[in-house]
Amino acid sequence: MRILKFLAVLFFLFNFNFVYSQTENESEKITKNLRCLICQGQSVYDSDSEFANSLKILVKKKLDEGLNEKQIYEFLKGKYGEWILYDPEFNKNTYFLWLLPILIFLLGGAIIFKLSIFRKK
Amino acid sequence: MKSKIFPLISFVILITVFFIFYKGLQNSNIYVPENNIEKKIPIFEVKKFASENLINSNQIFESNKFYLLNIWASWCVPCREEHKYLMELSKEKNIQLIGLNYKDKYENAKNFLDELNNPYNSIYSDQDGTISIEWGAYGVPESFLIYNNKIIKKIIGPVSKKTLFEIKDIIE
Repeated sequence: MRILKFLAVLFFLFNFNFVYSQTENESEKITKNLRCLICQGQSVYDSDSEFANSLKILVKKKLDEGLNEKQIYEFLKGKYGEWILYDPEFNKNTYFLWLLPILIFLLGGAIIFKLSIFRKK
Repeated sequence: MKSKIFPLISFVILITVFFIFYKGLQNSNIYVPENNIEKKIPIFEVKKFASENLINSNQIFESNKFYLLNIWASWCVPCREEHKYLMELSKEKNIQLIGLNYKDKYENAKNFLDELNNPYNSIYSDQDGTISIEWGAYGVPESFLIYNNKIIKKIIGPVSKKTLFEIKDIIE
């Protein structure tokens, strides 16, 4: 019985650690993708400004409230606009940005393919 | 025919890319907050200044009344500059001034108000700065003119003589 209790305690201890580390990783991931608005060129994660520190606390609070990454981005986008996100979203203003590398890759591939056919001939 | 398609496609792509980048160069890359957007005020719980009691935001703001929420701190130098204008605004009858004390020590904030007088009808404290973020603020001082639970004007930086007149115009 005692062993069982001990195991139960161990189980809970490790489980809580797991939950804790998960929110830590999650908040790190989110704050790395947020632009510090008063210290441009730095992410919220890297910055030590008052604004960034408050935002780090807020992200943790929102995660504790049960919001997921996307919901937090939506929340902050509503407050500060899309500029706060480092990773631009896929919409009519950015689709070219996202598709251009693929387009160039395909074009390059086509040129190489064409050249190799020429050589065979 | 086939040999002409490739240069043509490459040329078209090059031209489009050039124009998009050329247009992109003219866009400003400095963050400019929007000033005149009608947004609903956030809902939050906040600690009253000089007490531990929490109060819900919908108990603070009534509809059909003008409010000026002013985010301030004793350590913020521009807050001293705007203080005289806030004092002037506090004489107006149809507006309530709400102070949000941002990341401040109680003693310092109290000394600040003792020295320069208190223009606020009520003061709340934002110890970790998260409530200011709920408001979409990014520093001190910042003020929000509120009517009918909506933000009708956002003042980034200290309230100046010009903005004071603008506020007076709106509330009259």
